[in-house]
Amino acid sequence: MEEPTEKKRIGVYICHCGGNISDYVDVGQLREMMESEENVVISKDVMFACADSNQKQMVKDIQEMKLDGIVVASCSPKLHLHTFRNVASRAGLNPYNYVQVNVREQCSWAHSDQPEQASYKAAGLIRAGIHRVVYSEALENIRISTQKSVLIIGAGVAGMKSALDLAHMGDEVYLIEKEPQPGGLVAGKGKVFPTGEKGSELVERLLAEIKKSGKIKLFTSASIEKISGSIGNFRSTIKTGDENPETLTLTTGAIMVATGAEPYTPAENEYGYHTVPGVITLTEFDELLKSCSAELKYAGKPVKSVSFIYCTGMRQSQGEHKYCSRICCTAAIHSSLVMHEKFGDVRAFHFYRDIRTYGKQEILFEKSSKSGDIYFMFQEKDPPVIEQGKNNIRIRVKDLLTRKTDLEIESDLVVLVTGMVPRRDSETVAQKLKIPVGNDRFFNEIHPKLRPVETVIDGVFLGGSCQGPRNISESVQSSSSAAAKIHAIIRKDTLELEPIVARINEEECTWCEKCAKVCEYDAIFQIETNGKIVASVNEAVCKGCGACTPVCPTNAINIALYTDEGIEGMIDGFIQQVQLKAAAKGEKAEEETAPSVEMKDFPQIWKSIMEEVREKPQTIPAIAAALSQPMELVTYHVMTMNRYFILEPAGIDDNDEYYLYKLKNKA
Amino acid sequence: MTEIRKSPKILVFSSDKISDPGIDQAGLRKIHYSPSIYVISLPCSSGIKPRWILHAFEKGFDGVFIAADGHECSYTPHCPELTNNIITEAQRLMKEKNINPKRIRMAAICSVCAEPFVNHMSNFSKILAELS
Ligand SMILES: Cc1cc2nc3c(=O)[nH]c(=O)nc-3n(C[C@H](O)[C@H](O)[C@H](O)COP(=O)(O)OP(=O)(O)OC[C@H]3O[C@@H](n4cnc5c(N)ncnc54)[C@H](O)[C@@H]3O)c2cc1C
Ligand code: SF4
Ligand code: SF4
Ligand code: SF4
Repeated sequence: MEEPTEKKRIGVYICHCGGNISDYVDVGQLREMMESEENVVISKDVMFACADSNQKQMVKDIQEMKLDGIVVASCSPKLHLHTFRNVASRAGLNPYNYVQVNVREQCSWAHSDQPEQASYKAAGLIRAGIHRVVYSEALENIRISTQKSVLIIGAGVAGMKSALDLAHMGDEVYLIEKEPQPGGLVAGKGKVFPTGEKGSELVERLLAEIKKSGKIKLFTSASIEKISGSIGNFRSTIKTGDENPETLTLTTGAIMVATGAEPYTPAENEYGYHTVPGVITLTEFDELLKSCSAELKYAGKPVKSVSFIYCTGMRQSQGEHKYCSRICCTAAIHSSLVMHEKFGDVRAFHFYRDIRTYGKQEILFEKSSKSGDIYFMFQEKDPPVIEQGKNNIRIRVKDLLTRKTDLEIESDLVVLVTGMVPRRDSETVAQKLKIPVGNDRFFNEIHPKLRPVETVIDGVFLGGSCQGPRNISESVQSSSSAAAKIHAIIRKDTLELEPIVARINEEECTWCEKCAKVCEYDAIFQIETNGKIVASVNEAVCKGCGACTPVCPTNAINIALYTDEGIEGMIDGFIQQVQLKAAAKGEKAEEETAPSVEMKDFPQIWKSIMEEVREKPQTIPAIAAALSQPMELVTYHVMTMNRYFILEPAGIDDNDEYYLYKLKNKA
Repeated sequence: MTEIRKSPKILVFSSDKISDPGIDQAGLRKIHYSPSIYVISLPCSSGIKPRWILHAFEKGFDGVFIAADGHECSYTPHCPELTNNIITEAQRLMKEKNINPKRIRMAAICSVCAEPFVNHMSNFSKILAELS
């Protein structure tokens, strides 16, 4: 390991944040104090550090003064770390030689009740930042070569469609299906909503295209035995064929999990399942619709009426499946319509908790209601009771639509509307890939809104209903977007990863294996150098969590950016005694006694900003865009309005990037 | 004017993605806590070295608080256990130096835990004040 070379020409920028910091923290004195700190060659206080004009000035300073490290004391790094890393890059300074110090959220705001003490704390925080930057290293992103091929696990509609997408973009695809036939849940289906096309035909069409593409190798009756490696170069061992099993190893740049879901199987005697003849699941009913030709018959007897019991096994306040399965309301109503269309006069009764035929699927609900289907509504605590009647099945229900009247309906067939649940073996797949599953046991993406098809493991993506219940179109949408993401990664010959990873000091390491055992990602392995066995880190796999560092008996591991010198230097900075000149009395703002400004004195732009945030909280960039004003100006005014208690923060936006602001209640 | 040492100096280790945003929330909502509390944020509490904790005590901190992700940790399900091991090891080293093991504490703090964080800080400050 290389010893960090200390940085000796440091620039310090302390931000007023338009008063958010400088109203409580003596920014001027701190600037002066930092001027005389060791290694600091320039110290400035600025109105808005993030403003374009200041960013440009910083670039100039870095270049003209040959700075080799910069510290910005401003808001939380969550907001502007990347802004200032980019400033460093633009000026030709390594972005990792930049340190952001949080003197707003964790100082001026947190201690606005004690401004003097806030200034002392800020001094310690900024000193810590300077110490940290002194020991910061210029880090380079990790570059690795990538295979232009993809492994897709699961050949349902999601896996098949994304295989085609990738093949069309020129990538090699290995599609692995555990069943003898591809197509998943859709393969055997008759007509499916919303198009009315047959599921089996849809799958056949996809299969024909796959065969034609020439870039997709489909393995059926195949299973994944082992997966190793990392983004760019995963190695998977596959076993194919039932009779004469063969094992082969595939190397791919990325992996997509498209293992789908399975229909819920009711428990024995749940709504009379397997105990009352004529109680079947929706999947079984769809099979029946497909197999009967002239007349709808079950167990040799004609069926003249069917009762559907919705939410079977779903939306359980106590049980394992707390979620709504999304597809089953529409699937049941669609099946009921298919039944009318094919067999004419069969009566349908629907016992539901809520009807969730969202979006365009609502049209199906309307069609069913108009066709004379009858709907009853029940609550989870009063589920319908299914009993064997004399000639058919009796359903008793407390119907909410008729003021909780106790009703009794007779029916030839009862269809349990069963939704989608995670596949039984999903946890085995999760373990092989080291990807997390949620409480509902579906696979977890990193962020449902912002990174909906990525997993915590770089290079492993999710597509289709393995993430949760989805209809065909939603499943294909997600797997197609995963395909696009994957292609964007593997189309380049090399890819770059953040360099925040574990590093081994080979001289100190005695290969005791403690670090390797604790690493959740198997990132540590042994190598031999100069006749000695030592630990080595697979940088492409390492997540930089640091779990391996405290367990090392010889302190031979550290994480880049979190070295002993850096952290201990920060502690020294916090604790150093400082002297500040007393501020003149009355100079500091008192908490909650803002200078009052009359509405009539508000500048026009304040009124426009107030209009923008009246309906719902907005971020500064959003307000700037809406008013066609420069960010800098809007930042200044929003900060001032915050100071005058006209606006107040209302959380952080979805990108975790900017604060939202709203009107303060009393304004 | 000099710095008044009213309340014990506490070093907090937080995590970048989960507990540090919770501490930010306290500031954002101006829920005040003692200004002798300093925070270092790391990727994960399972990466805190006992020697850093010792360094803090040797330099004059009165207490160390680990604001962990607990079971929300996105790196490892064993995070609480690994962090506990670190505390145990730190306490062993602290005893050798005659530092009361009660001067280190851990609690799970999530990204909206502004009030819980501030409550932990005031309780811990009280305990530390009694110890000295
Ligand atoms: C009763 C019912 C009716 C429905 N009706 C409709 C409808 O009318 N219209 C509609 O749009 N949607 C409908 N759906 C939803 C539809 O079935 C799903 O959207 C669709 O099946 C999702 O496709 P998928 O590829 O994600 O998953 P799946 O269809 O589940 O396919 C996953 C594939 O992966 C394979 N696999 C799993 N694990 C492994 C492994 N470890 N190794 C290798 N292969 C593996 C499986 O064998 C399977 O072939 C219905 C669902 C149900 C339950
Ligand atoms: S989609 Fe309908 S039937 Fe399915 S769980 Fe949701 S509400 Fe119940
Ligand atoms: S724990 Fe330390 S000494 Fe042991 S193998 Fe890992 S780096 Fe080497
Ligand atoms: S930092 Fe975390 S992921 Fe990297 S080697 Fe250490 S334990 Fe493994």
